[in-house]
Amino acid sequence: MTPSRTKFELKLGIATREAFGKTLVDLGRENKDIVVCDADLSKSTYTSLFHSEFPDRFVSCGIAESNMAAIAGGFAYAGKIPFIASFSCFVMNKGFEQLRVAVAYPNLNVKVVGTHSGISIGEDGPSQMSVEETGLACSLPGFTVISPADEVATAALVRAAAAHVGPVFIRTGRMKAPMVYPADQKFQIGKSIVLIEGTDVTIIATGLLIAEAIRAQEKLEAEGISSRVIDIHTVKPLDREAIERAASETGAIVCAEEHLVDGGLGVRVAQVVAETQPCPMEFVGIQDTYAESATPEQLLDKYGLVARDIIKAVHRLVGRKK
Amino acid sequence: MQPKKNLVEMEAIAKKLRREIVEMIGAAKSGHPGGSLSAVEVLVTLYFDVMRHDPSNPKWPDRDRFILSKGHAAPVLYTVMAECGYAPADKLNTLRKLGSVYQGHPDVRFLPTLEASTGSLGEGVSLGLGMALAARLNQSPSRTYVMLGDGEVQEGQIWEGAMFGAFHKMDNLCVIVDYNGIQLDGFVKDIMEVAPLAEKWKAFGWHTIELDGHKIPVLQAAFKEASNTKGKPTAIIAHTIKGKGVSFMENNPKFHGTAPTPDEVQRALQELQ
Ligand SMILES: Cc1ncc(C[n+]2csc(CCOP(=O)(O)OP(=O)(O)O)c2C)c(N)n1
Ligand SMILES: [Mg+2]
Repeated sequence: MTPSRTKFELKLGIATREAFGKTLVDLGRENKDIVVCDADLSKSTYTSLFHSEFPDRFVSCGIAESNMAAIAGGFAYAGKIPFIASFSCFVMNKGFEQLRVAVAYPNLNVKVVGTHSGISIGEDGPSQMSVEETGLACSLPGFTVISPADEVATAALVRAAAAHVGPVFIRTGRMKAPMVYPADQKFQIGKSIVLIEGTDVTIIATGLLIAEAIRAQEKLEAEGISSRVIDIHTVKPLDREAIERAASETGAIVCAEEHLVDGGLGVRVAQVVAETQPCPMEFVGIQDTYAESATPEQLLDKYGLVARDIIKAVHRLVGRKK
Repeated sequence: MQPKKNLVEMEAIAKKLRREIVEMIGAAKSGHPGGSLSAVEVLVTLYFDVMRHDPSNPKWPDRDRFILSKGHAAPVLYTVMAECGYAPADKLNTLRKLGSVYQGHPDVRFLPTLEASTGSLGEGVSLGLGMALAARLNQSPSRTYVMLGDGEVQEGQIWEGAMFGAFHKMDNLCVIVDYNGIQLDGFVKDIMEVAPLAEKWKAFGWHTIELDGHKIPVLQAAFKEASNTKGKPTAIIAHTIKGKGVSFMENNPKFHGTAPTPDEVQRALQELQ
């Protein structure tokens, strides 16, 4: 187990989409088989960095995400390692059928990167937001699904994804992400990280909600509630051992994610809990609705995705445990 | 019924809408000025001359309908709807703010007088086909107008709709492509060339008209020609200038999705007097 640290400054780092774009350039230098496709959003996905350095291995697909997804399948059939990127909503929703039959079904080595995930993109509103991508990606047999919390996690996990043979979806965000990890933190696909040890309840989160979980833990500690915080950066395959241990040692679990509760991380964790060590659970996420335009902060607050909402869920759980 | 305006009035409205577009995006500090400004004359001509619609009865079943498939240009639609009385003119500067009827992309939940929620490019032709098919079933004279971006036509769904429209002889449907030559990442010719555009629609079986999308009389004549064309839908390829009317925004890819600073808003408003 990673030794847990108690003090997190949570200073704002770069956005996870930017960390992805930078790592991709490093990978491009190391591996000539890596090719990158983008659908008229290269400045937003930061694949423009790869484009500048490796124009021959960058493919501009225009605003045509389904074509792009199947082109990636073709590249992979031919032995290349394609990374395709767009906003999560466009690449997953418009590309879904192609990711199913041209990528997942033949189990091809395609890396799909969604940026602008969740509702924290803010003012553009629901048509550009993604609240379904994790559920969609997890529903594709054989896909590995990764949701990094900060720039360090993103850099390491994009690397791990490139080294992994098989289809991977990586979920990144638009906003600058609070820094959770030291630069030398090690990551392994499928292996969660216990950020803070605790005994009364476990908070399992991904992405931006990791920082909120840490904030919640600090307040709960002041109230005398000891919470364990786990970063489950790999949503599929889940770290079943860590979940089972949390269920048996703390007896209560809150899942927190910037995604619809339906089809999200929480229901997947609940399946493992039900199969191993049934215990009370609560789910912090978006409740069967689309959001709206506003600042990211206003939206996270209004749609129940801040530390306050995790704390409320923990209070309910403490009541239910008795 | 919305009374028709004359050319002088429409040109004045176009200028006013341009000022409002720049101001509201400036106030929001985010948004898409370029593709809003390139579409002004098309929307003004439709709402103040061509379409049969009634702001006092927005759900009139036989009304003509407009779908902004390139939903990121919402400000141009909001200003023309506010000018007609479909939306509050005094709230334009709440664009993109929490609770505003003026959401970042058109959202029927917040502004029910909109005809469709859009923002994911590629869906407008199909939505328009559904509305036009319903009008046909209802034996309604209602016509449906759909505005597309030139980058947007890279989406395959556009061409599924194009094939359907001609096969089903949807002569109550008219598509307008805002051919401004720029998409998000740069110039269309560098990202994914779409030319020759009129030839493509023609090959799919559409009546096509190519014109200057900033000339209102030319647009008026084209829309007349479209409604007189029987047995096939019409595609109007409107050559436009992205950012039209503001010198430093014209033909400048930067202003696809960048809001003007307060200083730029002032400079733009001076140019649009
Ligand atoms: C399906 C989809 N993919 C990507 C985007 C992101 N996006 C918003 S505007 C835009 C460029 C649109 O260019 P164009 O259609 O030419 O519009 P205009 O020049 O009129 O603004 C892109 C790629 C989107 N809204 N929908
Ligand atoms: Mg364009």
